[in-house]
Amino acid sequence: MSGETIDLAVVGAGPAGMAAAATAADLGLDVRLLDEQPWPGGQIHRGVDRLAGPKTTDDPDRAAGRALLHALRQSKADYRPRTCVWHVGPGDDGVFELGLRCDGAVALLRARHVLLATGSVERAMPIPGWTLPGVMTAGAAQSMLKASGLCPEGPIVMAGSGPLLYLCADQLAAVGADIRALLDTTPRGRYFRALRDLPAALRAPAVLRRGLGLLRAPARRGIPVHRHVEAVEAVGDLGVTGVRWRRGGRWDQTDCDHLLLHQGVQPHINLPRLAGCAMEWDDVQHCWKPETDDWGRSTVPGCWVAGDGAGIAGGEAASDFGRLAALGVAADLGALTREEAGRRATSHNRALAPLLAVRPFLDNLYRPDRAFMLPADGTLACRCEEMTAGDIRKAVADGCHAIEAVKQYTRCGMGACQGRMCGSTVPEVIADARGVPVSAVGTYSQRTPVKPLPLTELAKLDTVLNPPSTETAA
Amino acid sequence: MTAVTADVVVIGGGLHGCSAALNMARRGLSVVVIEKDFVGRHASSANAGGVRTLGRDPREITLSLASLDLWHQIESIVGSDCGFQASGQLRLAETPEALARLQRRVDMLTSQGFDHEEIIGADEVYDILPGLRPGCVGGLICRRDGSANPLATMQAYRAVVLAAGVDLHEGIAATGATRSGGTWTVTTSAGAFEAPVIVNCAGAWADRVAAWIGDMVPVTAVAPCAMITSRMPPSLGPVVSTESRPLSLKQFENGTVLISGSLRGVADRNTNVAAIKLAPFAARAATVLELFPAMQGAQAVRFWAGIEAATPDGSPIIGPSAAAEGAFHAFGFNGHGFELGPGCGAVIAELVTTGSTNMPIAGLEVDRFEADPGVADGARRDPIEQGVDHAAST
Repeated sequence: MSGETIDLAVVGAGPAGMAAAATAADLGLDVRLLDEQPWPGGQIHRGVDRLAGPKTTDDPDRAAGRALLHALRQSKADYRPRTCVWHVGPGDDGVFELGLRCDGAVALLRARHVLLATGSVERAMPIPGWTLPGVMTAGAAQSMLKASGLCPEGPIVMAGSGPLLYLCADQLAAVGADIRALLDTTPRGRYFRALRDLPAALRAPAVLRRGLGLLRAPARRGIPVHRHVEAVEAVGDLGVTGVRWRRGGRWDQTDCDHLLLHQGVQPHINLPRLAGCAMEWDDVQHCWKPETDDWGRSTVPGCWVAGDGAGIAGGEAASDFGRLAALGVAADLGALTREEAGRRATSHNRALAPLLAVRPFLDNLYRPDRAFMLPADGTLACRCEEMTAGDIRKAVADGCHAIEAVKQYTRCGMGACQGRMCGSTVPEVIADARGVPVSAVGTYSQRTPVKPLPLTELAKLDTVLNPPSTETAA
Repeated sequence: MTAVTADVVVIGGGLHGCSAALNMARRGLSVVVIEKDFVGRHASSANAGGVRTLGRDPREITLSLASLDLWHQIESIVGSDCGFQASGQLRLAETPEALARLQRRVDMLTSQGFDHEEIIGADEVYDILPGLRPGCVGGLICRRDGSANPLATMQAYRAVVLAAGVDLHEGIAATGATRSGGTWTVTTSAGAFEAPVIVNCAGAWADRVAAWIGDMVPVTAVAPCAMITSRMPPSLGPVVSTESRPLSLKQFENGTVLISGSLRGVADRNTNVAAIKLAPFAARAATVLELFPAMQGAQAVRFWAGIEAATPDGSPIIGPSAAAEGAFHAFGFNGHGFELGPGCGAVIAELVTTGSTNMPIAGLEVDRFEADPGVADGARRDPIEQGVDHAAST
């Protein structure tokens, strides 16, 4: 098989990946940083080196992003933008084999170690009408704003819970978005229950201060905020034309052209699952995450996971987790001693402590409400195969208990998105129908390619692997 | 714990286990099926869905033709059409030499009295496949062949097996089988099952079950692979293969196109994991694009691998145990057992209830590999799993 073998392939140029790549390269490793986007930064620092950006409450993020970018540029890490990693698996001789595509070309990369720093994805919010044109996630709207300065035109309603919802509302409002309502679905009583985690969270006063500022921001900008919303429905036939919601048992509604949904993020674990990393259920964050040690080492030797992809801790923590993983890889490869790695890890762990101390408070406060995880029978759970929650409940009633059985029965998760959209909803519906915790249901198995790959590009890989002189007749 | 008793215990709830159980239940037997995962978990669902008599080993031809008749009435058997489409199977001859090879095969079949495989000329090939690149000189066609949807098929079999009164146990694994006083005791992870007859349909794990019975079989676990594309404009032609290179291509009703053909990954049956290898996928993609230029707009959406048993001669093991009374085998289908499912289950039920069958299954005996030096340790060693590239494809 052709091609060189590098020391470390880092997937994802967000805060974890940028910090890890720079750290590992500075320690003398041969590092390649692969990222799908045209510019570095990941979701949180998207476009950090290009657009001045709106003046919003996320300014500290931009300073941190610029610092990470500076360190990456100063390092010898080989940064490859516009590069999609569609496969990771065991190659020959105990190294990893990564399938890449970039600008219409495909390649295989061989790496002794792989660090998956693929961040988080938004949890689906399958309310009635969530698949109507005009409904999208708040994160998607934020991406457009950060990458291209685009903002949805016309009246907007935002619904869901979590800090990112408020941050997006603030960022969109700052560029003149017409936000008619913010429907906060955080249930009554969550604030009170989260109070027991507040003392620990006080170790990170800056995070709390910033969060408090975010919570107040929409009201300051004149956006009506409705708290403890119990149900939300998108209204419309060909596209969303309005939103209905229930609060205190009473229904209300408003017209809009866009509905932006968000109910928290969870680790983006497609690549770790494809690599075969064992997963563990995080009951507080209500999500699966790869099992890792303190350095980010997964259960697959040579495969590491850092940043939100290993458990949600935010962008600031991600950079320190990325540096820890880089130290771990370097120590494994003998580029520095275990003692030295341990010494260097101390400062990163010290920086992480308060950021992790605040998590139980935030995670308990913004745990997604069951009511918004379990769609009604008539609501689509899987867009690609057009399967409703009722179809899934029927599959369970017909005797499919394992998620793989439901997948084979309904084809949920076998469509173009490979379960990225329905991967959180389908297990919830199965668990609810069976009366077991969602952790007992498990996750879809992940297949190559992680994202659809044009057949023409796959065929080019044949030329890469078998140069034209040796005609194939396998 | 008291053992559950029945007339027959079937080990393995794939297509062959379900089909055998269904046929036995319909002959009035009480049947238990033990399945370590869930019905159709492995090769039965992961296969490409080919309903193919074309190109069969001579030992399998009569059985495959009988099974094909059952596919044509599958709805009356299992209550669902299983997505079966009699769209034909067509093997292309890209060169005169390939066409000559196909002609020699037809001559051989004719001498044995078979006429289901038919040579067609280039004109008819291009009538059937207008999107095929120019240059093919002819082909070999089985017009009554086609394809079915493996997932729909296994759903239907599961439902009909339950409706027929089969005692289906999913999620429990057989751990051993012993015979005493004319009764087999099958131990499992959830208690024991007793019956005068056991049927081994354990797929890639069947050599272990065979060893409990006393039959040593040198099978290896292989990982046949396939990929599916995004939805393409419908053509709904036959399943296409080529004589001179490995390829199998078919379009499903929903527009997705399945590409396979001697794709082999790496199987580990101890962990249920089958890993793909990228290189053969790339080679198949190149072949598809060369033959069907319209596929240039397609995207590869999903690659997968299943776990299946392969035998040294590429044909399955079907029939009674050579070592013990009251034990029967149906496994080792080498990645082309899907078509045989309905027919093979009927044969096993006939064997179990009457002790014999009119179906010619000579040459598929379990002890036919005994001269093979690998047999003795082959069945006993804990398996060194490896991909074996067989020419056959589903």
